[in-house]
Amino acid sequence: MRRALFWLALAAVLIALPQGLSLSQQEMLVFLTINILLVASYRLLTLTGEWSLAHVVIMGVGAYASALYAAHFAVPVPVSMLLGAATAAGVALLLSYPLFRMKGFYFLIGSFAAGEIIRLLWRRFREPFGGPRGLTRIEPMPSFDLGVWHFDFFLPASYYYLVLAVVAVSLWTLWRIEKSPVGLTFHAVHWQDSLAQAAGVNVRAWRTLAFVIASGFAGLCGALGAHYLGTANPQAFGVEQMVFVLTWAIVGGTATFHGPILGCIALTVLNDVVLRGLGLEQARPMAYGLVLILAVLFLPKGLEDLLARALRRLRGAGARTEPAP
Amino acid sequence: MVEFLAQTGLNALYAASYLSLIAVGLVLIFGVMRVINFAHGELYMAGAYCVVALYAQGRAPFLAAVAAGAVFVGLLGLLMERALFRPLRDNPLGGLVASIGFLMILQAAAAMGFGVRMQNIPPASQEVLVIADRVRLALPRLWVIIAAAVLLSALWLFLKRTRFGWALRASAQDREAAALQGISIDRTARVAMFIGAALAGIAGALTAPMVSVNPNMGHSVIISAFIIIIVGGIGSLEGAVIAAFAYAFVHTFVATFADAVIADIVGLLLMLAVLIVRPTGLMGTRDRA
Repeated sequence: MRRALFWLALAAVLIALPQGLSLSQQEMLVFLTINILLVASYRLLTLTGEWSLAHVVIMGVGAYASALYAAHFAVPVPVSMLLGAATAAGVALLLSYPLFRMKGFYFLIGSFAAGEIIRLLWRRFREPFGGPRGLTRIEPMPSFDLGVWHFDFFLPASYYYLVLAVVAVSLWTLWRIEKSPVGLTFHAVHWQDSLAQAAGVNVRAWRTLAFVIASGFAGLCGALGAHYLGTANPQAFGVEQMVFVLTWAIVGGTATFHGPILGCIALTVLNDVVLRGLGLEQARPMAYGLVLILAVLFLPKGLEDLLARALRRLRGAGARTEPAP
Repeated sequence: MVEFLAQTGLNALYAASYLSLIAVGLVLIFGVMRVINFAHGELYMAGAYCVVALYAQGRAPFLAAVAAGAVFVGLLGLLMERALFRPLRDNPLGGLVASIGFLMILQAAAAMGFGVRMQNIPPASQEVLVIADRVRLALPRLWVIIAAAVLLSALWLFLKRTRFGWALRASAQDREAAALQGISIDRTARVAMFIGAALAGIAGALTAPMVSVNPNMGHSVIISAFIIIIVGGIGSLEGAVIAAFAYAFVHTFVATFADAVIADIVGLLLMLAVLIVRPTGLMGTRDRA
């Protein structure tokens, strides 16, 4: 009952959210929602113990693929988005053959190299990737009517609702995967690598599965972003963006499902609302870097740990104020 | 054609020299600290900006500016050791994120202090060494090659021939065993960070007049350095030097005969190939994943 109320209240807040915001804030909200799915999909990958630096490039694969399908094969945009996600998953499957020969730090650097190669290919080949300037005038999402509601997807508020629906369904799917036997196996592969192997678990196959699923959702994020922005270029999927995803996950904490999401929201609000609001345009990366350092130094378990402790204290206080029977 | 090849070879030798300075510093830091220093490219950038501040704007002699740059960047390394890597010693992922935070601070500091535009630095010397009609080497480039040879030899002697060098290598091999022998891990860590950072600073300072100095210049350098330390085997100083030469020659020749983007792709493919076939690198001895 309480839980149902919580979800209803959350849904109401999320639906009402764009109403009070300016156009640019609504736009920020669109990207924040996409980034939440991006970082949640990244967590699925980290469940198996591997930290990839190719996730944002894979997201770019989804963006490029979806845009190209819509432009060259006249695929309807919603379908091309799904095809883009599938393409990202396929590319991840191909990459997994060389990459999962490595583990740990080698995987980190190997995935970085693989991602950079893809980015350089976009830059090098003007046909069909558009070279350094990338793709422009990407097919927008066609507007549609739903009874009395009219959705014109040029408006950030409308696009936000589309993104919200897609992200909500995706997050639910990711959550179900994590709580299913598949997700438990991912945990086993991470924490009990040798034991899982001895118990007949094909560790590499499970790592590959996590990588492919996570990449599919990352590709979906890319496609969602590309059809809204109308552009996709190599710089948009560079190391800087990957660093942001990595820091969201680590500052939020990867022990729980909501940790990275918490990190994404907190750091985005900090970076785009607080620091921008203070007008520190050039000092922004400096303040952000400082927060990052302070977070790893003093919050090693992430923001999720802070939240859990606050909740526990709140509950403890609540229990004490209740009259004794 | 022979002259053209010789000229390209000289260019590659120059690239190998400054890249090996950077990569050796990165390997030294990784060996002792067990942390991948993502800010290493920005330490290189900080060295270049020291030359901007002291030589281009402050009119100090070039070599004095380079020396000041080495010391300043070495001190930055000490700061990183004390403030970031020591508290995060048991948390390698945390150390990596902290170094990313430090990288952002350094980039923003450079942008705020000097602006984001490319810096204009007068050449340190106009003289050109003419080896043959079409084989020339500008004197500042020769300095880089000489500096790399001298500094790396000195480092090699320090590590192999002095007691402290032994202690440093011992703590890189096995931190606990070294501590049990009475080696101060904090002290070896400080020295490794200072030397590693100072080498990147010298590389940045010496090459500053020949490259485009801007707050983001560390980015391409760190990618090359990663390729080199992977190919050479993480933790191996000799491997890093050999890999720096191999990478610089392959990259320079491919860039000259094809184009720069293809050269970058070839370099990354080289690294992937090494990772797949021999994940410990050319000179790596054991898996340190």
